[in-house]
Amino acid sequence: MVQYKQARLDDSFAALSDATRRGVLEQLGRSDASITDLAEKFHMTLTGMKKHVGVLEEAGLVTTEKVGRVRTCKLGPRRLKEETAWLERYRQLWDSRFDMLDKVVEELKRKEKIDGRKKRE
Amino acid sequence: MDARRESEATPMKNRTTVERKSDRELVVTRTFNGPARLVFEAWSKPELFKRWWVPKSMMGMSLLSCEMDVRAGGKYRLVFGVDGSKVMEVFGRYIEVTPHSRLVWTNEEGDEWGAVTTVTFEEKGGQTLLVKHDLYPSKAALDGELASGAAEGLPEQFEQLDEFLLTLGANLGRS
Repeated sequence: MVQYKQARLDDSFAALSDATRRGVLEQLGRSDASITDLAEKFHMTLTGMKKHVGVLEEAGLVTTEKVGRVRTCKLGPRRLKEETAWLERYRQLWDSRFDMLDKVVEELKRKEKIDGRKKRE
Repeated sequence: MDARRESEATPMKNRTTVERKSDRELVVTRTFNGPARLVFEAWSKPELFKRWWVPKSMMGMSLLSCEMDVRAGGKYRLVFGVDGSKVMEVFGRYIEVTPHSRLVWTNEEGDEWGAVTTVTFEEKGGQTLLVKHDLYPSKAALDGELASGAAEGLPEQFEQLDEFLLTLGANLGRS
């Protein structure tokens, strides 16, 4: 798992080491685009753009889908997984905070009871 | 003495839930076995607040100082440290303080990323449902929070990568 992650990380960095590929990601962050659109935007041949998109796809940063004759590119699933993991970590942080808060509330309850008893005496 | 036995007789642990309600909202809920006035007290008195805000799981951090002026317009500042030296601080201002039912404050430490936090305490049958609601100024701000948090405990490069991905303004945060 660790190795897999590391390999994934290497892929990501390799993918991001190129200015055109970073530009493509930025572009896809704004909207999905076909390979033809991207090739035009970056003044590149279709074959050249296909190669770049291939590298990004390999790294999980981009997914592509072919509908008819057009291959549409969008940002990959990587961020989504991170969000789920983040939410779970965040939940765990609050859960342990609240476990401690439980104890504080229990203690306040006890104190109140004792104080109440004293008042009645 | 009997009070102690009573606390041991309530082993049931309540669930904490977290949900991204929308592009800009993050909601945490939990039920406490006690009246709202006591749960509220634990949120609004620094000496009590200090005892639960920093769990052990928080990377060896502790609260070095905790100033809270809990009234509308009052400021708060929490300073966190590791081994006694300061590593970060959070601060802001209370917008609304309604005893036993509602606390609203700003989070100002992160410039434009500041969320507004609303905590409500709703009592029912001796228990209190607590809802903590964070409203971020924009989708990008909450995405950013998620992306920066996602990098915690991972290699530094990962953080840089996340930062880069963040600048893309990706649409994918939406689930």
